[in-house]
Amino acid sequence: MTNRHQELGMSDEHVMEMYRTMLTARMLDERLWLLNRAGKIPFVISCQGQEAAQAGASAALDTTVDYVLPYYRDLGVVLHFGMTPEEVMLSNFAREGDPNSGGRQMPGHFGKRESNIVTGSSPVTTQVPHAAGIALALKQKKKEAVAFTTFGEGSSNQGDFHEGINFASVHQLPVIFMCENNKYAISVPLDKQLNVEHVSDRAAAYGIPGESIDGNDPLAVYDAVKRARERALRGEGPSLIETVSYRLTPHSSDDDDMTYRSKEEVDQARTTDALETFRHYLEEVSLLTPEGEEALRSEIRAVIDEATEAAEQASYPDPTTLMNHVYEEGNS
Amino acid sequence: MSTRNITMLQAVNEAMHERMEMDSDTLLLGEDIGKNGGVFRATDGLYETFGPSRVIDTPLAEAGIIGSSIGLALNGKKPIVEIQFLAFIYPGFEQLVSHAARMRYRTRGQFHLPMVIRAPYGAGIRGPELHSESVESFFVQTPGLKVVAPGNPYDAKGLFHAAVKDPDPVLFLEDTKLYRAFKQDVPAESYEIPLGKAAVVREGSDLTMVAWGSMVREAVKAAERMEKEKGWSCEVIDLRTIYPFDRETIIESVKKTGRAAVMHEAHKTGGLGAEITAVINEEALVYLRAPVQRVAGYDVPVPQFMVEDLYLPDAGRMANAVEKAMTF
Repeated sequence: MTNRHQELGMSDEHVMEMYRTMLTARMLDERLWLLNRAGKIPFVISCQGQEAAQAGASAALDTTVDYVLPYYRDLGVVLHFGMTPEEVMLSNFAREGDPNSGGRQMPGHFGKRESNIVTGSSPVTTQVPHAAGIALALKQKKKEAVAFTTFGEGSSNQGDFHEGINFASVHQLPVIFMCENNKYAISVPLDKQLNVEHVSDRAAAYGIPGESIDGNDPLAVYDAVKRARERALRGEGPSLIETVSYRLTPHSSDDDDMTYRSKEEVDQARTTDALETFRHYLEEVSLLTPEGEEALRSEIRAVIDEATEAAEQASYPDPTTLMNHVYEEGNS
Repeated sequence: MSTRNITMLQAVNEAMHERMEMDSDTLLLGEDIGKNGGVFRATDGLYETFGPSRVIDTPLAEAGIIGSSIGLALNGKKPIVEIQFLAFIYPGFEQLVSHAARMRYRTRGQFHLPMVIRAPYGAGIRGPELHSESVESFFVQTPGLKVVAPGNPYDAKGLFHAAVKDPDPVLFLEDTKLYRAFKQDVPAESYEIPLGKAAVVREGSDLTMVAWGSMVREAVKAAERMEKEKGWSCEVIDLRTIYPFDRETIIESVKKTGRAAVMHEAHKTGGLGAEITAVINEEALVYLRAPVQRVAGYDVPVPQFMVEDLYLPDAGRMANAVEKAMTF
């Protein structure tokens, strides 16, 4: 019997690795909330509800050559590309060993050169033109690789979205633009953000393919990103992919989402949570049993426990380094 | 070393030719810089020599230009960006200030951006309002950026080479009045003038003038007039790199002269002159015989066409400031 992932050319191992990324992202995110509510870390910005899109897309990329320019919810993407739970914890505890920024940036502002994770910052969607530039360099160097960048649907209204995608389209650059539509820009719902049904409808304005995918279906996302990557490598230019899911948490640990949406709406969204639906799929295709799920969770829990403890005990940045890295050392 | 008598515009153009020849990873990006050779003709001939893949006519979108150049620099290229006029940089301000300037700091040196953003600036060429602004103060409040403003063809070429070689982003400001104002002997070979070092262009013992761009010439004119009319000896410092600027040269000079006047086209309030004055006060107060004078643009948007002559600081206004300091 063939099943969906085999039809897409994914091995059982590959699909289980994808699930592991989803689950690790979720469990790590949940732990961050606990630490925040316990007063141990100052801020959390969540991936919950978007893990399937992140893990599905990442599974279609080549971590050895592709560049990712994630946005702040992309815990699933960066875990797949080689950031460890301990590194995530070091960032959240603002410790010196945080690879993103040595404990200087807000959590979720991912950057790790050796993993081809390109740093961004809080002004949204500014990474879109960066991805276009990275892709132009890839094209000029004739590299078989793509730049993959993500952003929320709210930030797709920013000028940088247009300027970056336009530039990439004009030059037919190997970029995948992926909008993780989670239905809310902090408190503003979709119908107050867009006058089109899908962010991907905007692709037509750039003469590139646009596709809207169920963001709770990691296999569908995998398939879309895989096709976009192949297209980019054939020299046919960028693609715009929109993954539609739902932000299951408040915008951040400082937000109260009950002021602008109902508990019923959130509960309804939880019924299509990919952590549930995709686990069912894996059980149906006999890749996972309830016992297997529990074993996997225990294993991940142990990794997160260890990461938390290590980060908590790690040192803060050395005050004498405050002025470093503004310019190349000794050259200002 | 052979030299030619060329304008600042030719010097910048020549420096770009040389950088493009030296390093195939160097690219030019901007609006109308290709076949058109740029609205001021700064990139004249580069498209013909290096072709469309290295001299890229971009869409009219400054955030896109600077943002994609950041991506290029992140991935091994050395972009040289032309922003048509400095005041047209505002749509790209976020990319320059929030990203280009901070990549190194934010990532503890994992990523850094060797890139140059060229921008013509300044009034006096009958360009209305936004074509004439001197808004360097926005950028000298931005640690991580270096800001350079040459005052003559020789410096322009040498500073440009140093800017492109620098591993960090450099905003290279080109005073439009100087583009074709005068010629100077410039070596045909490439050479560098280090960033962050001012030049004493005229020695003197009674007062220190600090200026950059076309204001250096006005300062020198004022110094010559004061010498002739009053017998006062003014030293003139061309700052050349305006951020981070060369405090030592200024302080050393003020300790010698005991008086100072700073001159810039930018608006007076919050202008770089205020910072230079503060530095002098912090480090050389007891040497001062008079308050530091500021000769600056007025706090109005740059007026249009003929009225701009009333706005622009010139040798006459500098001479008044010198007189004030000398007779304090």
